[in-house]
Amino acid sequence: METAGALMVLSLAMVALFAPELAPHDPVRAVAATFGDPGAPSRAFPLGTDQLGRDVLSRIIYGARISLTVGVAAMAVTMTIGVTIGLAAGFFGGAVDSILMRFTDVMLTLPALLLAMAFVAVLQPGLWSILIVIGLVSWTQIARVVRAEALSLTQRDFVVAARALGAPPARLIARHVMPNAMPLIVVMAVLGTSGTLLLDAGLSFLGLGVPPPTPSWGRMIEEATTYFRTAPWLAIYPGLAIFYAVLGFNLLGYGFIRRRGHSADFQ
Amino acid sequence: MLAYIIRRIAFGAFVLVGTSLITFCIAFVIPADPAVAVAGAKADPRTLAAIHHELGLDQPLYIQYARYADRALHGDLGRSYIRRENVTSVILSRFPATAILALSALALSLLLGIPMGMLAAAWRGRAPDHLLLVVSLALVSTPVFWLGTILLIVGGLYLRWFPLGGFSGPSSLVLPTITLALGSAGYYSRILHTSLAAAMDQDYVRTARGKGLSTSAAMRRHALANAMLPLVTIAGLDLGGLLSGVVLTETVFNWPGIGRLAFEAIFNLDIPLIMGTVLFSAALVVAGNLAADLLLAWLDPRIRLGRET
Repeated sequence: METAGALMVLSLAMVALFAPELAPHDPVRAVAATFGDPGAPSRAFPLGTDQLGRDVLSRIIYGARISLTVGVAAMAVTMTIGVTIGLAAGFFGGAVDSILMRFTDVMLTLPALLLAMAFVAVLQPGLWSILIVIGLVSWTQIARVVRAEALSLTQRDFVVAARALGAPPARLIARHVMPNAMPLIVVMAVLGTSGTLLLDAGLSFLGLGVPPPTPSWGRMIEEATTYFRTAPWLAIYPGLAIFYAVLGFNLLGYGFIRRRGHSADFQ
Repeated sequence: MLAYIIRRIAFGAFVLVGTSLITFCIAFVIPADPAVAVAGAKADPRTLAAIHHELGLDQPLYIQYARYADRALHGDLGRSYIRRENVTSVILSRFPATAILALSALALSLLLGIPMGMLAAAWRGRAPDHLLLVVSLALVSTPVFWLGTILLIVGGLYLRWFPLGGFSGPSSLVLPTITLALGSAGYYSRILHTSLAAAMDQDYVRTARGKGLSTSAAMRRHALANAMLPLVTIAGLDLGGLLSGVVLTETVFNWPGIGRLAFEAIFNLDIPLIMGTVLFSAALVVAGNLAADLLLAWLDPRIRLGRET
């Protein structure tokens, strides 16, 4: 299963990378004379054109760039925050653990999407603000899982032995705990990317994503809702793209889990 | 048992206080001056200063927070800048729509997810299991707003079985409920599958099967009850989340609920309403958590007695 996922993710990366070569038209400029009325799929425009005369296929191809960039970058932010907090809580335990976990619990209670919307409203929509915002609201799950792993790893013999030999905490974490937590972290990163992709699509749908005219799949769906009577295909294709991307990462991640036989900690 | 309940409630209260602090801080970072919202952009500085003083905005932050918290505890969440209404009454008037949607969605997702999880666990490792895994992953990977839009197009436009959005009676409830429930169903089925598989591996189940009990009977009578526990916790958390308003679904279907309210508030930079909805959502999540914890304690004696699970 992870092969299927890997192929999907790889194909997505290829599309994003080679977007200028693959896209038949410019995604930002009007290329068809269909201003005001989306055009149906045709030979020249396989997926049709939108209400501003732009080719849907090209927009979806270029949209892969934005989605992948935001998804991966936001996941990097999430992982940085989540892994740091999780490792610290699990390794140091005691008061540090309590404080960090209480803070995590409070953040978990706040509705992620609402928080994200509020932050974006404050920071003004833009690539950077989206990355930071998504990262800020998604780290809690990673933190919990990493903490559990760090907790159990810290109590294992090899860490206890290294500590007895006088290793300082930094070395213990860097040389012993973290490398052993890496497989888990990698899987969480993959699954986390599917989450950030969905969150980004949702924010774009609500109008708070990367601003136009940059093609963003979520925003394309939002623009399509106005025309759903006359041009339903406008809404179908970008959604399929999101579905493909998210499914790819999910398959990859769950394939890893099945292959390695991890248990249900990843919920 | 009582000690456990008290501890959980205390924890919930603590989380709520923390949430209110964070919400309060957010409100102060938002670039909108309440005095301008009240008096208009062309008001002269003295009017603005007067309004500041009247609203208590020239006090130190901690005093403002204390006053806010005090009023909040009495159920007063302030007045909306844009709507000129009491925040609490606006939220409460939109809550029933969200509550109905949330409860139906939760019921449907459990109705779909539990059998899926059971089937996958029963045929573990074989074709139905793999198929159901792919199906649940597909369900979880579908963007909610896209699914809603497609269902709206197919169900409302082509088949004309359902109204095109809005809350107008039972038939308008169907599409939003399905939209919300499918993703959760996939998620729940995975959780149940994993915990059921783990439960079926336990010695007591093997003993039962060794004594001649069939797989399905063993699952139903022994494993299922224990496997439900993680699901209860997650469903409780989800209920809180659902009740706080699923913005995306409510937007697609024009559902007059809290999620949509929060979205409008954020768009209009209506600070009291934003704070009110976030706080309300958090309170619901805490309540959902508490309910799940209590249910869990009732179901599993080991929890209320504080022993190892």
